[in-house]
Amino acid sequence: MTADTSVRTSPLAAWTDRLAALAPALDVAERPFLTQLTVRARDAVAVARMGEALGVAFPADPCTSTRGGGPFGDVEVLWMGPDEFLVVAGPDRRALVEDALRAAVRPARGAVVDTSAQRTTLALSGPHARDVLAHGCAIDLHPSAAPTGTCVQTLLARAGVVLRVDDAECDAFTLLVRSSFAEYLAAWLCDASVEYRAALS
Amino acid sequence: MQLIPCPWCGPREEAEFHYGGQAHVAYPEDPGALTDQEWARFVFFRDNPCGPFAERWSHSAGCRRWFNAVRDTRTYELLSVYRVGEPRPDASERDEVVS
Ligand SMILES: [Zn+2]
Repeated sequence: MTADTSVRTSPLAAWTDRLAALAPALDVAERPFLTQLTVRARDAVAVARMGEALGVAFPADPCTSTRGGGPFGDVEVLWMGPDEFLVVAGPDRRALVEDALRAAVRPARGAVVDTSAQRTTLALSGPHARDVLAHGCAIDLHPSAAPTGTCVQTLLARAGVVLRVDDAECDAFTLLVRSSFAEYLAAWLCDASVEYRAALS
Repeated sequence: MQLIPCPWCGPREEAEFHYGGQAHVAYPEDPGALTDQEWARFVFFRDNPCGPFAERWSHSAGCRRWFNAVRDTRTYELLSVYRVGEPRPDASERDEVVS
């Protein structure tokens, strides 16, 4: 038997309707196929050069992220560790961004690795987004503790996630979850939202 | 749940961390020169103090970095945390105490 590999299927392709049904308490949608590049570099000058190449300064502080527009469209840079970043760009930008980062890191030592398939992305917002996340995550997401741009790696319902605060005032979040955990997390989100759906109907 | 203060990420739940045993166990300078007994001592033997103990921890569900912590084995209280490469803080100076 041969499989048609020319059609991409995102990890949560089968969950589109079930996630959409969580509105209006929770607006959840997968943002499939985003370009994700893991960047390792210690050299501050090289990191600054990569930021210039993308038009987005790399985050300087732990557990933060930056976002901006440049030659490759909207790009987010997430802090993953003291010498590690995750560059997130639009689908099908991988080759261009990867080349630009590799060119910018030289002559310093560093690594740019395509990890786009490792995780999928969920955009979360809505009046109960923070309540639902609080069911399975101990991070304080109140705007006073987690302002816009906060980006933490933590556990949500025991699944490892990257959680970014896109807009603290509007309770808008991005979740990056490993592809193999995506369906589990989607099922958990549906379950955790049940009480808020009832309250709104 | 007890919070452990990661030197990079700040206080996080203990479930995000992995324990790495005693800190500051230096690798033998000349491993080939060790007798079996000395090698076994390096690999398997660790201190077991009643009181402050310098340990390695990894923030495995967060920034995935190893760091060191001084923990009181009697109370489980974390007396201090410090990054790899930083010297072990004086036990009398209790900085960054979070429990
Ligand atoms: Zn950490």
